[in-house]
Amino acid sequence: MKAVVWQGINRMSVEQVPDPELLLPTDAIVRVTATAICGSDLHLMDGYVPSMVHGDIVGHEFMGEVVDVGTEVRNIKVGDRVVVPFPISCGKCWYCQKGLTSLCDNSNPNAKLAETMWGHAPAGIYGYSHLTGGYAGGQAQFARTIFADANLYKVPEGLSDEQVLFLTDVLPTGYMAAVNCNIEGGDVVAVFGCGPVGLFTIKSALLLGAGRVIAIDRFPERLALARKMGAETINYEEEEVFERLKELTGNNGPDSVVDAVGLEAHGTGVGGFADAVKQTTRVLETERPHAFRAAIMACRKGGTVSVPGVYGGLGDKIPLGAFMNKGLTMKTGQTHVHRYLDILTDHIVRGDIDPTMIITHRLGLDDAPHAYDIFKHKHEGCIKCVLDPWADPKDHAPVKAAGK
Amino acid sequence: MPDQTLSPQNSSPVERLLMGGVGLGLIFLSVRQSGKTGIATGTGGALLLAGAAMGRGVGDAIVGIRRTPDDTIAVQKAMTIGVPVTDLYTFWRDFTNLPRFMTHLESVRVEANGTHSHWVAKAPMGTQVAWDAEITDDVRDQRIAWRSLEGSQIPNEGHVEFREAPQGRGTEVRVSLTYRPPGGTLGAAVARMLGEEPAVQIGEDLRRLKRLLELGHEPTTEGQSSARKHALTKAEAKMYDNRRTS
Repeated sequence: MKAVVWQGINRMSVEQVPDPELLLPTDAIVRVTATAICGSDLHLMDGYVPSMVHGDIVGHEFMGEVVDVGTEVRNIKVGDRVVVPFPISCGKCWYCQKGLTSLCDNSNPNAKLAETMWGHAPAGIYGYSHLTGGYAGGQAQFARTIFADANLYKVPEGLSDEQVLFLTDVLPTGYMAAVNCNIEGGDVVAVFGCGPVGLFTIKSALLLGAGRVIAIDRFPERLALARKMGAETINYEEEEVFERLKELTGNNGPDSVVDAVGLEAHGTGVGGFADAVKQTTRVLETERPHAFRAAIMACRKGGTVSVPGVYGGLGDKIPLGAFMNKGLTMKTGQTHVHRYLDILTDHIVRGDIDPTMIITHRLGLDDAPHAYDIFKHKHEGCIKCVLDPWADPKDHAPVKAAGK
Repeated sequence: MPDQTLSPQNSSPVERLLMGGVGLGLIFLSVRQSGKTGIATGTGGALLLAGAAMGRGVGDAIVGIRRTPDDTIAVQKAMTIGVPVTDLYTFWRDFTNLPRFMTHLESVRVEANGTHSHWVAKAPMGTQVAWDAEITDDVRDQRIAWRSLEGSQIPNEGHVEFREAPQGRGTEVRVSLTYRPPGGTLGAAVARMLGEEPAVQIGEDLRRLKRLLELGHEPTTEGQSSARKHALTKAEAKMYDNRRTS
């Protein structure tokens, strides 16, 4: 089959690899019908997530049709149309039982490696480095999925792939970012970053009762989409964000601030340059936490900072004084995708959320390297790329079920 | 609170003698060299000698060897497992179950009297070690303690404790053991770097037990697809994946 493969920094390639096989009785094989590139995949491409190995199949936003199931799979059947949440839940451990599926105790085979890095091991994630399990990803024609009963989510009929694909990650991630804001009626929420997660955070915050959402970015097309989602916007290249936020909130600052940017934020001035240089070494600092710092500084006293943005290692010059003395609360984490699937599917069915709004590019899997490139550099107004693994007509003759 | 009293020295007398000798040798060697090489050799020798004198081996410190005053290695590990205390105690009390999650154990045979048992374990480089042990304490649903009998290749003793975890998390199991490795602390440090030493193994063993009892099997990536063709990248992936990948 064809798959998108990490072959080193800035080198994503499409290669022929062996079809996946069932390795455990709880596995299922999915014929991928749609997959997307996530902003966090760019951290892999740029080499800022440690423990990637040349030849790793990437991709954690994918859906498709079940073509094979292991002997212990009960609820999922061949032919089911499913979305695959990016964090892998075992369904049995205390965390999974509590709905904290991205913190699953049992799905990361490399738990010891993650403990060395982070103290404790969170859940395994598809196609996202060996720290999170080393699982092959879903930017491919087929994918092996783990603990099928606990993870694969059957999609209601009548919804298109594009409508439900983002249930795998960016939609619930934006939603959880808004939930983590502890919104009370009429609150003002500021969102740093108007990529897919930021955009869905805006929509979710308004659905959860926020009075106003203020979105911050620098790309006109992203700011335009943020306004379409219902936000007021600030272009940080044109305005001083901190002052503007104070002005927009009667000097208070927003009740909650979301960092929907993560470890490759673009900083300005000397500080921004210093972080960029340090991060390039991969040792002196692994993050460029500009949005994170700005979120803490901007948040009102006693407010909440919500961090869906991905971080991997160590960041410098975090304004801890501001964080402590303003009595802030911080909530963060990889998304517990599973717990939001029903409610978000309902929102899609009712038309409260139209996930397809963010799609700017529809390409074949063969075009993945180009898609990564325009997504990284924000060329061609790229906000979200959806890849069709079967776009090439040559791949259709004859379609072979995986592993058989 | 640790169960075992620890010695302020992490190196055994044999290791101190050996490292002290190497340190002295390096110092003598440095006298005959000039410039930066001489300084580096001399400094290295002085550090080794100082470590030997104080009984604080650098290698032992790096890999985290903990030594008791009577020259045994101390290991303590704990894990929370989502099953009731009785189930976990009962599973553990049947020692023949232990090789199912302690991968370094070849077999455990319980003798007819019920308190004595014969253990066979894998040792570094494909060798085997065996010992006989007796149960010294057994409190249902709480504690099992054992001690190896006279004449064991690897004298060891330890206990495992079970207690109900808060918030319905199941059972906290805590293993505490001391053993006298062949080759003393130096042997233990080398074994630990090779990943074949109890402190490393028991932590992973307990996680394997957790997954065995909570899921019935361990998650794996062994045999999955990748685009790796070269031996070097395959070896790199194997290193991250605990030799489980391909």
